[in-house]
Amino acid sequence: MFLDFFLLLKNQKVPVSLSEWLTLMSALDRGHGKASLASFYSLARTICIKHEKYYDDYDRCFAHFFYDEALAKNPDIGEEFHHWLKTAELPELPEEWGKKTFQTWDRDRLLDELEKRLQEQKERHDGGSKWVGTGGTSPFGHSGYHPEGIRVGGMSRHGRAIQVAAKRKFANLRNDQILDTRQMSLALRQLRVLGHIGSQDELNLPETVRATSQAAGDIDLVFQASKKNTVKLLMLSDVGGSMTAFAKLCETLFSAASGASHFKAFAHYYFHNCPYETLYTDMSREQTIPTKDILKTYNSDWTVFIVGDAYMSPYELLVPGGSVDYHHHNEIPGIEWLNMFRRRFPASAWLNPIPNNYWYGESISLVRDVFPMFPLTVEGIFEAAKMLRNIQQRRK
Amino acid sequence: MSQTFTDSQEYVASPELTEIVNIALDLEKPLIIRGEPGTGKTLLAKAAANVLGRDLLTWHVKSTTKAQDGLYVYDTVQRLNDSRFGDNDVSDISQYIKLGPLGLAFQSEQPVVVLIDEVDKADIEFPNDLLHELDAMSFLVSETGKTITAKHRPLIIITSNAEKELPDAFLRRCLFHYISFPDKSLMTEIIKVHYPDLEKNLLAQVLEAFYALRDFEGISKPPSTSELIDWISALRKSGIAPKQLQKSIPFLGVLIKKEEDLKALQQPVKKRGWSGVFRLFFIVEEPKSSGIS
Repeated sequence: MFLDFFLLLKNQKVPVSLSEWLTLMSALDRGHGKASLASFYSLARTICIKHEKYYDDYDRCFAHFFYDEALAKNPDIGEEFHHWLKTAELPELPEEWGKKTFQTWDRDRLLDELEKRLQEQKERHDGGSKWVGTGGTSPFGHSGYHPEGIRVGGMSRHGRAIQVAAKRKFANLRNDQILDTRQMSLALRQLRVLGHIGSQDELNLPETVRATSQAAGDIDLVFQASKKNTVKLLMLSDVGGSMTAFAKLCETLFSAASGASHFKAFAHYYFHNCPYETLYTDMSREQTIPTKDILKTYNSDWTVFIVGDAYMSPYELLVPGGSVDYHHHNEIPGIEWLNMFRRRFPASAWLNPIPNNYWYGESISLVRDVFPMFPLTVEGIFEAAKMLRNIQQRRK
Repeated sequence: MSQTFTDSQEYVASPELTEIVNIALDLEKPLIIRGEPGTGKTLLAKAAANVLGRDLLTWHVKSTTKAQDGLYVYDTVQRLNDSRFGDNDVSDISQYIKLGPLGLAFQSEQPVVVLIDEVDKADIEFPNDLLHELDAMSFLVSETGKTITAKHRPLIIITSNAEKELPDAFLRRCLFHYISFPDKSLMTEIIKVHYPDLEKNLLAQVLEAFYALRDFEGISKPPSTSELIDWISALRKSGIAPKQLQKSIPFLGVLIKKEEDLKALQQPVKKRGWSGVFRLFFIVEEPKSSGIS
């Protein structure tokens, strides 16, 4: 009977495999997890879930399977949404509402409506009778007065909500959210390529044997440097304009990359919207450096991250003189510069702070034709770093 | 199951965790423990060894640790040196084979507990190199041609700080548990283990202040259990009245270790209507009063 539950986990992209299933079965055979649903809950979790980031998914699947079917239908009641509801002030209930008749729907209808409203609703609502929010007589939201509504977050106020979609204790352990410096630098660590550098502190056995036999058996110990990271990272960041909104995120990436001691070298430059013939060494874009110099100074061993939203008028990329800066005339169109970078640095990738489900627009697709693009999240960096490392290793 | 793990005088575990350790014992699978610093990951192994009456073998993993080190190390340099100076019988290779914690655990006549501490400090490939040994519970010493097989499968507890993702193949062979930060009631029990005679009133105030501090937005390193315990000790030594805690937090430096965090706490509290957290009932003192030693 648990097979369906197991398949549900799999469907929800929780990584489970046959060996977890077999372990779970043998644990059940041995009498574990039978005392109560709670003991089954922890047994199955300890066997099937191997990272706390999946605890939240597990909770949702579990609630779905063993309690109701609502959650799976609406797996992504947005986090932000929860936030509104959690923190809202309760409005006073107008007196006449007490007498008002409520629309009553069956559960399926309720769920459909909830889904619809979640998609339509773009802002916070406290009170009112249609949207999801706090108070009010809409069947959705929390602390409201609809007798059969779906509670979304908040405390159970009238004890009648037929489904509770909010008890997600582990929601903040999910890692599709944008995270802190430490996690970013760990993601960057994926870039690591090892080579023998530094002080010689490791016995090189084959060399020792060779040297010893050459010295006719008089033992000659040969030491070598231990393996260390050989990766050199060059980062180009878009600053100003539309990027201001992402300043904090880019800062986090920057401190992760510059602070991390795991690179052999690290260099960084700035540009605005698109790199042209000059780049900047400071964020306020006052100190310039010719882009050609950079292409000369850094050889193809360098791994390159370009950070930017790639969100601009296609004109800025395609036309000579298309630079957004009025006083600046570029002879070579932006896209050519991008191509030059790409040719120079085979191990290069574009990190975009815009979430990848919003990558519309011509300029983004033009840039994506040149560079592989990844979202600027921990997982995005992880994937990008893995790809770049493979490129670097293949080049060796 | 001949042996079961329970709470002990020294270690307070949630019923869930106790059960999971027992599942790991029965299924003979390694147990990976993850959690915030100060949630007692490492202590769990010690407590398990105590309660089960087994020896504890600890393997502290470092960034340079290799999987082989846990099984055995062949001391080539020693042997070369011996051959040079004729010190020992160099033809007896076995004396240059030094067993590591896993090797010792396999060879032990009694079942033991093995703690592999901070497994993710080592190289990314480290756990993969242990797959076979953990599966078969045996390994070959290639220098002597002898196979060392576990007489009893040890209880293996692995702690991890989520610094690196562990490989899937490794994870599939293990059980996993994430220790959440203790809630107030569990924390009360933990504190009682350390300070059995702590005044009720003080305890309540201490916890109130501690959890408010943990919830304070803008702190990058929230205080953990061990800091709380140090703090209580400082409070007791200085004989501060429980009421005092409602107004200010003395010895803040014991709880907050980062300078930015101290600064963040000292900034005037912004009033943000939506959050209960900001109903801060304490005024943070200047850091100079926080040094205690």
